[in-house]
Amino acid sequence: MKKIVAGIALGSLMAVSGSLLAADYVIDKEGQHAFINFKTGHMGFSVLHGRFNDFDGTFSWDAAKPEESKVEVTINTASVDSNHAERDKHLRSPDFLNVDKHPQATFVSTGVEVTGENTARVTGDFTFNGVTKPVVIDAQFIGEGEDPWGGYRAGFVGTTSIKLADYNVSMDLGPASAVVDLDLTIEGVRK
Amino acid sequence: MHWKNTATRYGLVAIVLHWVVAVTVIGLAILGLWMVDLSYYSPYYRSAPFWHKSIGLALFAVLVLRILWRLFTPRPAHLPNHRRWERISAALVHALLYLMLFVILISGYLISTAKGQGISFFGWFEVPATLTGLPSQADRAGQIHYWMAMAVLALAGLHALGALKHHFLDRDDTLRRMLGLRPRHLTDRQE
Repeated sequence: MKKIVAGIALGSLMAVSGSLLAADYVIDKEGQHAFINFKTGHMGFSVLHGRFNDFDGTFSWDAAKPEESKVEVTINTASVDSNHAERDKHLRSPDFLNVDKHPQATFVSTGVEVTGENTARVTGDFTFNGVTKPVVIDAQFIGEGEDPWGGYRAGFVGTTSIKLADYNVSMDLGPASAVVDLDLTIEGVRK
Repeated sequence: MHWKNTATRYGLVAIVLHWVVAVTVIGLAILGLWMVDLSYYSPYYRSAPFWHKSIGLALFAVLVLRILWRLFTPRPAHLPNHRRWERISAALVHALLYLMLFVILISGYLISTAKGQGISFFGWFEVPATLTGLPSQADRAGQIHYWMAMAVLALAGLHALGALKHHFLDRDDTLRRMLGLRPRHLTDRQE
C-alpha cells in the first residue's frame, strides 16, 4: 500500500513536470553537482568530515516506477580529501583506502524499496578495498525538471554507514571511528 | 684546534658540522621509519612527526651553513697517498650525498605542505607552504622521500666503508682528520 501511495505521489509529481518515461541520467560531474562526503567519530571528541572529489556514475529513474530505479557509482578513492595533506596521504595508504591496490570503490544497486513519499531504501553491492558487501542507502528524492540551460535534471540524497573492519581496513582508530557514514548527493542530467 | 680548516687539517666547525649531519641523518631515518608505523593511540603519534619535521627543517639550515662554510674556508688538500680513482669517487659520493640530502629535505617538505598547510619549526614559527597542489604531490613526494632516504643510507654506508678502508687498510689519516685527531705519522715521530 505504501508503495502504491508513494508511486502515485511521485507519479503525480512527474505529471506536473511533464515526463512519464524511465530515463537514464549521468551524474553531473562536469558542473560539480554531486557530492560524496564521509564522516566518522574522532575518539569520541568530535566528528571528522571528508569527501571524495573524483567519482562518476549513472542512474535510471522514472517517478512513476521508483522501485525500478537503478544506480551505479564509481569512486576514485585516491581523490580522498579531508583538508589535511598528511592525513589524506595516510588515508590513501594500505592502512585505509589502499588506493594503489584498489583504486576504485563502487556501488551497484540491486533493488529499490519505496518507503514513503519521496523516500526509498536502495539496496546494493558496495565494493571497497577489494571487498564487496551489501549495503542499504536511505535515499530521498529531491526534485526533477528542466533546467534553464536546455537539460533535464533529477536529484537525490542518500546516507549509509559502513564498518571499516568489514572492508579489511587494517588501521585501528578506536571504537568512535569503527563506523563511517557516507552522505551522497547526486544530481543527474538526463542523457 | 682551529675553527677554520687549514691546508692539512679540518677545523672544528667543519668537523662538528660533519658529525652533526651524520648523526641527524641517521636519527631522522630511524625516527621516520619508526613513526609511520605507530598506532593511532601511541603517545608519540603526534610528537614523533613533529620532531621529525622540525629537525628536518633544522638540518636544511645546517646543510646550507655547511656549504657556505665550505666555500668560506676551503677544505684541506687531498692526502698525498690518495689515488686518482679514490679522489674522483670520493668527490662523486660527497656531491651525491649533498644533492640527495637536499632532495630528501625538499620532498619531505612537499609532503606536509601539499595542501597549503605550513610546517611548525619546533613550535616556534611556521614555515609556509610554497608549491602546492601538484598532481599526487604528497604521494609522489613521499615515495621520493622514502627511496632517496634509503639510497642516502646506502651511500653513507659506502662513504663510511671508504673511511674505514683508509683508516685500517691504507693506514692513512683520512678518518683521523675528520675526527680531529693528530696525523698518525706525526704521532709516530713524536714517540
